[in-house]
Amino acid sequence: MNRIAAYVIRDLLRSRWTIAYLLFYLIVGYAVLFLSGDISRSLVTFLQIVLILTPLIGSIFGVMYYYTSRDFMELLLAQPMPRRSIFLGQWMGVGVSLGFSLLVGLGIPFLTYGALYEADKGPFILLLALGVALGFIFTGIALITGLITDNRIKGFGASLMIWLLLAVIYDGIFLILLMQFRDYPLEKFALIATLLNPIDLSRVILLLQLDISALLGYTGAVFQQFLGTQTGVLVAAGMLTLWLLLPAALIRRLARKRDF
Amino acid sequence: MCPSCPISSLRAAIERAAAHDTIYLAAGRYFEHDLLIRKPLTIIGPREAIIDGQNKGGVFQVSADSFTLKGIAIRNVSFSELEENSAITLLRCTHYHLEDLHIDSVYFGILVENSDSGVVRNCVIRSSTSGTDEATMGNGIHLWKCENALIADNYVTGMRDGIYFEFVQHSTIERNVSKGNLRYGLHFMFSNHDVYRNNRFENNGAGVAVMFSRNIEMYGNTFIHNWGNNAYGLLLKEIYDGVIQHNHFIRNTVAVQNEGSVRIRYEENDFYFNGWAVNYMGGAYDNYFHHNNFVGNTFEVSYFGRPNNNRFEENYWSKYNGYDLNRDGLGDVPHYPVDLFTYLAHEVNESIILLRSLFVTLLSFAEKVAPVLTPDDIYDPTPLMNLWHWSDSTTSTSALAH
Repeated sequence: MNRIAAYVIRDLLRSRWTIAYLLFYLIVGYAVLFLSGDISRSLVTFLQIVLILTPLIGSIFGVMYYYTSRDFMELLLAQPMPRRSIFLGQWMGVGVSLGFSLLVGLGIPFLTYGALYEADKGPFILLLALGVALGFIFTGIALITGLITDNRIKGFGASLMIWLLLAVIYDGIFLILLMQFRDYPLEKFALIATLLNPIDLSRVILLLQLDISALLGYTGAVFQQFLGTQTGVLVAAGMLTLWLLLPAALIRRLARKRDF
Repeated sequence: MCPSCPISSLRAAIERAAAHDTIYLAAGRYFEHDLLIRKPLTIIGPREAIIDGQNKGGVFQVSADSFTLKGIAIRNVSFSELEENSAITLLRCTHYHLEDLHIDSVYFGILVENSDSGVVRNCVIRSSTSGTDEATMGNGIHLWKCENALIADNYVTGMRDGIYFEFVQHSTIERNVSKGNLRYGLHFMFSNHDVYRNNRFENNGAGVAVMFSRNIEMYGNTFIHNWGNNAYGLLLKEIYDGVIQHNHFIRNTVAVQNEGSVRIRYEENDFYFNGWAVNYMGGAYDNYFHHNNFVGNTFEVSYFGRPNNNRFEENYWSKYNGYDLNRDGLGDVPHYPVDLFTYLAHEVNESIILLRSLFVTLLSFAEKVAPVLTPDDIYDPTPLMNLWHWSDSTTSTSALAH
C-alpha cells in the first residue's frame, strides 16, 4: 500500500494539476494577506476558501485521477498483491499530494507574514489540519464513486453531487428545518446536524476559535460549551475520523467485490 | 506637612486647619483612613505623597463646599459588603475640585453624591488588585444625584464601570479614556441633558450604556474593540432625543445596540468592522441616520417590524453595489442594509451557526439580485457612492493619544 501511495505521490507531484493547485493557494494566500494586512481577519477569508475548495478539488481530482490511472491500476491488479492495498494506496497518494499543496500553498504566505509567531498560530494550524482531512474525506468519496461505476460521466457527476449535497444542499435543508421548527428549542438539533456534516463541523470548530465567534451569540455559547469539553472534542474528532473510516471500509469492500 | 514634620498625620492637620486653609503634603507615605472633612479645605501634594488606606475603609469623606484635592496619590481601599468604600466620597458638596489624582487599588474611586458644580479632572483611577466579579468591584467615577459636573481628561481602567452617572443633570464628560473595565466604560442611568464628547472607550466588558435618559449628546467619542458575547460599543436603552455625532465605532461586536430609542439623530459617524453596526431590538421610533459611514461590518443594520419612521439618508455603505449614472455622488438604486442572513439570524437564533457557509453566501447573493425574503421597508433611498468625509476638528487628539 505504501509503495503504491509513494508511486502515486511521485506521479502527482510532477503533475501540472498539483502545481496549479499549489500555486493557486500561494497566490490567494499572498493576495489576501497583502490586501487585508490583518491576519485575524484574513483567517476568516481562508476558512471560507479552504472549506469550499478542499472538498471540491478533492472530489474532482479524486475521480479524475481514478479514471486516468485506470490502465495502470489494471496492470497492478494483475500483480500478486491485495486489491485493497492498491486502492487504499491510491487514495492515500491523492490525499497526501492534495494536502501537500494546501500545506505548502498556504503555509508559505503565513510563514513569511510571521503569523506563526502570533496568537493565530493555533487556529491556522487547525485550519490546515481540517483542510487536509476534508481533502482526504472527499477524495475517498470520489474514489468510491469511481469504483462503483465505469461510466466516467456518471462517476464524475455522482462525485460532484455528493460534494454539492454536503457543501450546499445540506445547509439549505438544515436552514429550512430550523425555520420550520423555530418554535421548538433547536440547539441540540443544530449541534447534531452540524456534527453529521464534515464541512459544517470543520467550519464551526474553526469559527469558535476565531474572534468572529462572538457573533454566534447564545447558539455559539451552546456549541462552545459542548466542543469545549473533552467529550465534545472526542465526539468531533470521532465524527471526522468516522468520515475517514467509512470511505476506507467502503473502498476495501468495493475493491474486493468488484469485477474488473 | 510631611511624614517627619511636627504634624505628620493628615487627620491632625485637617482638625487644626481653619476653613479655607490649604494643606500642603510633602512626598511620603501617609497611613490614613476615614478622614472626615466638614469644612472648606484645599489639600495639595505631589504624586509621591501617597495616602494608604490600608484596606481599612474609605479615605476621604467630605461634606463641605469648596473642597479641593490636587496631585496626591491614594491607594488601598478595600471592598466592603456594607459600605461603598471609596478613595474620595463627596456628600452634599458644592464647588468641589479634584485634579491630578492617582488612585490605585480601590473599591470605588471617586464617589460624588448630592453635589453641585464640581470638576474631576486629569485623574488616573485603576484597580489592579480587584477581582473579576461585578458584585465585589466598584466604579471609577460614580456620580449620584448631581448637577453641573465636569468630568474631563481622566483615565479609568480595571474598575466595574469606568464612569457612572445616576440622576445627573446638565453635566459634561470629555476627553476621558475608559479602558478595560469589567462592565461599562461609561454608564448613564436616569440622567438627562448631559453631554459626553471626545472620550475613548476601549475593551470594556460591555462598552458604554446609556439608559433611561433624555437629551444626551454624544460627540466625537471613540468606541473601540468592545468585543465579546454580550458586549456593545454603545447600548441605548429607553433613550429619548439624543444626538450621536462624529463618533468612531471600531471592531465592536455590536456598535450600537438599541433597546427602545426615540428621536436619536446619527450624523457623520464611522462604523468600521463591527459585527453588527446597528442592532434594533424593538421600540425604535423616529431615528434618523444621515452621512454615516458603514464599512466592513458583518451585519449592517438589524431591524424588524414596521419602519416607525426610522430613516436612513445619504449614508455610505461598503456593501452597497448599486450604480450612479448621473454622477451626483448618490446611488441610483436604494440600499437595503438589512440583508437576508441578518433577517434569518433574527428570526431563528440558531441559524447563525450557518454563518460563513457556502449556502448562506449563495443565498445572500441571490437575494441581492432578486430580493424575495429580505425586509424592504428599511432602506437608504440615496446611498453615497463614496466615503463621507467629515471634518474631524471636534475629535480631540488628546483622547486618542493615550
